[in-house]
Amino acid sequence: MAKIIGLPKLSPTMEEGTLVSWAKKEGDTVDVDDLLAEVETDKATMEFRSFDRGVLLKILVPEGVTLEAEVPVAIIGKEGEDITELLAQVASAGSASAPKSASAPEPASAAGSQPAPESPAVSAPDSPVAPAPEPAPGGNGGRVISSPLVRRLARERSIDLRAVQGSGPHGRIVKRDIESYAGPVAVPSRVSGERLPPEVRQATSMRRTIARKLTESKQTIPHYYLTIDCDIGPLSDARAAINSELEADGKKVSLNDLLIKAAAVALRRVPGVNASWVGKEIHYHQVVDISVAVAVEDGLMTPVIRDADRKGIAEIAEEVRDLASRARDRKLSVEEMTNGTFSISNLGMYGIEEFAAVINPPEAAILAVGTVREEPVVEGGQVVPGRRLRFTMSCDHRVVDGAVGAQYMAALKRIIESPLNMLL
Amino acid sequence: MRELRYREALREAMLEEMERDERVFLMGEEVGHYQGAYKVSEGLLDKFGERRVIDTPIAEAGFAGIGIGAAMVGLRPIIEFMTWNFSFVAFDQIISNAAKIHQMSAGAIKVPIVFRGPNGAARQVGSQHSHAVAPFYAGVPGLYVCQPSTPRDAKGLLKTAIRSNNPVIFLEGETLYGVKGEVPDEGVEELIPFGASRVARAGTDCTIVTWGRPYYVAMEAAEQLAGDGTECEVVDPRTLRPLDMGPIIESVRKTNRCVVVHEHWPYGGPGAEIVDRVQREAFDYLDAPVERVTGLDVPMPYALNLENEVLPTKERVIDAVKRVSYAK
Amino acid sequence: MGTPLPDKDDLLRQYRSMMRIRRFEEEAARNYAKGKIGGFLHLYIGQEAIAVAAVDALRDEDYIFQTYRDHGIALARGMSAKAAMAELFGKDTGCSRGMGGSMHFFDVERNFLGGWAIVGGHLALAAGTAFKSAYNGEDRVTVCFFGEGSTNIGGFHEAMSLAGLWKLPIVFVCENNQYAMGTPLERTSALKDLSIKAKGYAMVGDRFEGHDVTLVQQRIGEAVNRARTGGGPTFIEVLTYRFRGHSMSDPAKYRSRTELEQRKQLDPIQVVRERLLELGVQESELEDIDLEVDEEIDEAVQFAEDSEPARREVMMSTVYAEEGDS
Repeated sequence: MAKIIGLPKLSPTMEEGTLVSWAKKEGDTVDVDDLLAEVETDKATMEFRSFDRGVLLKILVPEGVTLEAEVPVAIIGKEGEDITELLAQVASAGSASAPKSASAPEPASAAGSQPAPESPAVSAPDSPVAPAPEPAPGGNGGRVISSPLVRRLARERSIDLRAVQGSGPHGRIVKRDIESYAGPVAVPSRVSGERLPPEVRQATSMRRTIARKLTESKQTIPHYYLTIDCDIGPLSDARAAINSELEADGKKVSLNDLLIKAAAVALRRVPGVNASWVGKEIHYHQVVDISVAVAVEDGLMTPVIRDADRKGIAEIAEEVRDLASRARDRKLSVEEMTNGTFSISNLGMYGIEEFAAVINPPEAAILAVGTVREEPVVEGGQVVPGRRLRFTMSCDHRVVDGAVGAQYMAALKRIIESPLNMLL
Repeated sequence: MRELRYREALREAMLEEMERDERVFLMGEEVGHYQGAYKVSEGLLDKFGERRVIDTPIAEAGFAGIGIGAAMVGLRPIIEFMTWNFSFVAFDQIISNAAKIHQMSAGAIKVPIVFRGPNGAARQVGSQHSHAVAPFYAGVPGLYVCQPSTPRDAKGLLKTAIRSNNPVIFLEGETLYGVKGEVPDEGVEELIPFGASRVARAGTDCTIVTWGRPYYVAMEAAEQLAGDGTECEVVDPRTLRPLDMGPIIESVRKTNRCVVVHEHWPYGGPGAEIVDRVQREAFDYLDAPVERVTGLDVPMPYALNLENEVLPTKERVIDAVKRVSYAK
Repeated sequence: MGTPLPDKDDLLRQYRSMMRIRRFEEEAARNYAKGKIGGFLHLYIGQEAIAVAAVDALRDEDYIFQTYRDHGIALARGMSAKAAMAELFGKDTGCSRGMGGSMHFFDVERNFLGGWAIVGGHLALAAGTAFKSAYNGEDRVTVCFFGEGSTNIGGFHEAMSLAGLWKLPIVFVCENNQYAMGTPLERTSALKDLSIKAKGYAMVGDRFEGHDVTLVQQRIGEAVNRARTGGGPTFIEVLTYRFRGHSMSDPAKYRSRTELEQRKQLDPIQVVRERLLELGVQESELEDIDLEVDEEIDEAVQFAEDSEPARREVMMSTVYAEEGDS
């Protein structure tokens, strides 16, 4: 069957070529690799040899014409074959791939005569932004020169670097300058009536994780809350006694360490709280691993005290200290922060009396610890000084019903008000 | 631990690996009967015979190529260049063949081969024999590049290199061969992984990154600076490809300053690569521009006074640390 | 020494193998012209007898190295036309998964260890696989092909020198197609007879015409036997001619059309064809083979066209070999 022969790409970079001369004429027989024509490319005059066998039925392009690669130049087929259809095909495509030899100047297009777009309006000189800063020392044309470290510290500490004297080369503000700087923290100056836009900061990946997890918790877990008020006096006394025992070793335990232990022991007594909702199953945990919420710069982490019910107070205290300090340095491993079975969050040190925390899934409950309150209490008809602490437990109703939660709170109260209970 | 010289540590690594794996052989100029131009292979011929410790004519392109070909079909050659200066006549074999074969064959052919020998300036051997070649090889994907500073690293890294399934460029130092250092006891096998920078000295005030011969210069400088109250943290990357930036970045975040000390020329190479990575990955922690102490940008002269000027010195390291510390 | 009479069936098989290469190369050229194939493309047209004969002189376990003009030997060794064409198209189904291209075919299963594109650079590698045969006491032979242009570069000398010194089981086959790219031999070499070089390395030299597949097989076979039986390496110069330019972008102006037409009289495929007709094979039998080959090559082009492009994961994961199990 006859076929249209296109101008081959005769070098890797050839985009167009000039058909210098035909080596065959119409009616000649052609074999594979026979010379068909000479083509001038970007590299050299190349031989255009045939890839096909047959008879050269039609030459479509005269000598001297410059063409893009692949443009039809000839038809090869069997002697006497009807090629009218192929010719029509070439003719219809032809208008799109006209030879480029006639290099008539291109008519000016309508698009070319469009007026240039107007230049954007020059910004008004009386912009309502703060007045231009004083030139920085060292004459740097108003630019404050400082090390990258200093710029980060200034951002974090809200220090206006224009007020800091630089001691480095060219007046560069370096670390020691900002560390010895005792000046005021910059407060963005406000012209009256002006409304400052919010300062936009990218959320860190930790913040994004917190946002995702807590949103998911609040939206998917049916929370309810139980609050109980306890006499914390006995536990405070126990702490003092323990610390005087530990003093020789230079160790100390906190009230929080004791609360971790108490909460863990209570979980053993009311195991229904030490559980998780997993799909269509409830997993009752065989171990008591307490997640402890630790505030860190720009976020919160929950390292886990494993087997808190079986550990001694001193051991818990040591572990908490180590985990919390490594949490602040962001040096916790993932394993140390996952797979707790119950959480404790304590905001007592901020004077918070009581609060309700968001459950840390897949755990089923979180215990929120308030501050120790010294207040009068009525005891046996007498008003006596008391030390009180309020606990609020948030529960996942899918796992922990109200009665079970209440049993747990009662067990916890018993242990706290009579710490020897922990030994039972 | 016991003390060994750097050359003895290398010899032990080869000996142990040749005992362990019959496919491993050593080939190069004067490695056998002469017992090694720098005595690194001393005794290996007697132990393993001429089949596995093979003296070659002076034909680096030829025997490097033979090593690569043998590696392609399952042997695990150690090719010794009498010095890395002579590797340039085998450059095509290393770059166009060794580094390319695995990918070019779409992973069908592995090239487990080690090219090793002394690198860098010796003493007054002139410009043709004093090249620090790391930049020429560390830029090539498909190669690993090791440059151990201590006997322990030399042994542990060479063992890893011999067991690697890839071509390894192993840069030793003629002036390091006599250096003594702790090496794990006989029978205690230590394989040091590629891409694990080592903190050689802890400090808080300035990070010094260094490897090879200048490692010792930098350690001396750090000692002297400590006397003045500046504690430098010295990090040795040990392998230049892969390059483990983790401990370097961690250190710079702590010290806020960095000096890179190396023997090779200043234009490009691992030294410049480290600076680039530090400025990008620790930008907000830098209190000063990162400085470099390098071999000077000249062919190595013969005269001793000038050679001493070209190579990194303790004084130049101390000056650089002071500059980045804004200290007088 | 007389050429033995060829067996008719063997010759038919060799005819088919040579046609396969010829038609593959013709289609490669066509698809290069269409822009389907990029980079450099060096065709083996005119030299087919050498690759086909060499493969028949070798065992399956023997190693083969070739230059960048490597399609012929790969196909002769049994690579599928599909894998070969797909590689030219830069496809994941290619013999080197699109990582190699025309110049870097590999077929490790068939011990074809590559097309190599730095002149003279692969000779030492071939000496290396021969070294491994000696090291392990195996009787595998390595055959390394290269052009006469390679005989002037240092890599040639060092590989020959070490192979001679260590008596490695290798056959160096120099396919002298008369032109190192565009420069004829008399302008690049003081020697006209390159096989003399063998003496300089204390190895046997041989020299013969490359258009008669039977003769080539016999003479390469002698060298392979010598290598296999401890007789050391051989350097062979095969006189041949490529009918196309050095690569697709070479107009081949350095040689006259008369010279080309003259050499085409010794087209190795025509030579076999005539021999077969003399042996009583019918023209129609040969045409049937031609048609089958045409079909195979057409399918290969279609396969290459339809295949998935080369993959980034392969590129990234093959820079280094996995460690472990050393």
